[in-house]
Amino acid sequence: MSAVTHREAATGGLWSRMSLGQKQVIWAWGFLAVPLLFYVVIRFWPTFQAFYLSVTDWTITKPASFVGLENYKRLVADPLFWQVFRNTFMYLILGTPISLLISFVVAYYLDRVRFMHSFIRALYFLPFLTTAAAMAWVWRWFYQPVPIGVINDILSSFGLPQQPFLRSTTQALPTVLAPAVWAGLGFQIIIFLAGLRAIPATYYEAARIDGLSEWAILRKITIPLLKPTLVFLVVFSSIGFLRIFDQVYNINTNDPGGPLNSTKPLVLMIYQTAFSSYEMGYAASQTVVLFLILLVISLVQLRIMRDR
Amino acid sequence: MSRVRPGRIVSWTLLFIGGVIMITPIIFMLSTSLKDASQVYDLRVIPAAPTLDNYIEILGDGRFTRWFINSMIVAGIVTISNVFFDSLVGYTLAKFKFRGRYLVFIAILSTLMIPTEMLVLPWYLMASQFGWVDSYWGIMFPGMMTAFGTFLMKQFFEGVPDDFIEAARIDGLNEFTIWWKIAMPLVTPALSALAIFTFLGNWTAFFWPLIVTTSAELYTLPVGLSSFAVEQSIQWEKIMTGASIATLPTLLIFLFLQRYIVRGVMLAGLKG
Repeated sequence: MSAVTHREAATGGLWSRMSLGQKQVIWAWGFLAVPLLFYVVIRFWPTFQAFYLSVTDWTITKPASFVGLENYKRLVADPLFWQVFRNTFMYLILGTPISLLISFVVAYYLDRVRFMHSFIRALYFLPFLTTAAAMAWVWRWFYQPVPIGVINDILSSFGLPQQPFLRSTTQALPTVLAPAVWAGLGFQIIIFLAGLRAIPATYYEAARIDGLSEWAILRKITIPLLKPTLVFLVVFSSIGFLRIFDQVYNINTNDPGGPLNSTKPLVLMIYQTAFSSYEMGYAASQTVVLFLILLVISLVQLRIMRDR
Repeated sequence: MSRVRPGRIVSWTLLFIGGVIMITPIIFMLSTSLKDASQVYDLRVIPAAPTLDNYIEILGDGRFTRWFINSMIVAGIVTISNVFFDSLVGYTLAKFKFRGRYLVFIAILSTLMIPTEMLVLPWYLMASQFGWVDSYWGIMFPGMMTAFGTFLMKQFFEGVPDDFIEAARIDGLNEFTIWWKIAMPLVTPALSALAIFTFLGNWTAFFWPLIVTTSAELYTLPVGLSSFAVEQSIQWEKIMTGASIATLPTLLIFLFLQRYIVRGVMLAGLKG
């Protein structure tokens, strides 16, 4: 205690009288000072603010005033919200299994390939490095009607019927999803490859000695031992599909989320509510819904991982 | 063995065809960027008369150069900041013993549960109050540190033997020097993984830059490209050129650093 009064006179003395442990505590908090300030101001405070804004009627022009659960009531009564909610889960329900199935099959066979292994891996991985906003335009071009669109050109050269793709309310969502699946495959394949390589070779050897077929080895050894990898990828890609935005926004800039809102995901609805209609409070309540959905998914993941 | 061979060849061929299909959109984008308007609907992969006119025209207009520089500055500074701060915090949480350490770790980790979309509105409010809209700082500030990077670095610093750090302490080095000169060089694979992820994430980022920039001067490349493509409407060769300019840097980096990038993705995926 008395050291405090002497501090100005003998800072150096005080420092040298401190134990190694005390000095380390000071260093530690010194290192953490700026990051903690960052996390408080840029992460925690905005989190609370988002919850608060969701119960206000804040717009750009008028200051926020408390309206209780008004925004949430409006959301539940809004048919557009339910359409968007359905779309968002369609991206998830189609995107996650399709992309995981393709990437697992590719990784499973690629793992055994030695000839030009890294070259082939690179082919699959390259799309992961592209900019979604840029590639959405490439895909948009592919989906155009003849004579512009590449896919319809190919279909017509085989005498197959033309597809409306982005113009059809039923085809548009899978059409928008395709570039997102495409871009994510490379990452998933690399993670699967790492997971496959982490399985000890002795397990396989033992199984072969026991005379198990390839299919039985896959079912009884490979897939169970890949469970942590699978859980990670399911959660990671689910979160990605639930937050889809860049592709949807860019693939149809005339009417983002169209036609007739058939491709509109939650993040796009948030964006339009906040920055086209300027209903910030209403948009905030939508972000809280997104948060809750992602929270449930994370909790399910924790649960599955603990069961392991 | 000889009975396995045909199957191997079939699976190799199928994998190869699949790989070619995977890069088809990229190939078409690049090849169309080298065509003039009259050749666009000719679907030949190798242009009949390749030309750099699209690039000359687009880069000559100056906007793309500006957006390219903006993206470089933003992604570069955010990457440096993450490599510095995420590893500083990760190291502190891994190697210092002090009361509150666990609490700090849990607090930082808990921010992973908050989607950025939820923070975007408060960030926008903050940016407009402090005049950060349409500034580099406005684009960068949300990403200067990440919980993911901190967690990744903490995992790796835990693998650094305490003996190294103790020995440096006995030599009289201060804690900052120990971290920077002794511990950091021992985790370079993790640092490069973090740097690659952060750069790629910020280079391709679209949602926040779209919100926080209103003047074309401050657009990043993806936002600029999007606005450019809208105004070009059906001039696909121009749009493909813009898309190529946005995509080529990360593809080129990959060609040079393939080994590190793949290893980095594996490291981050397994530890993250």
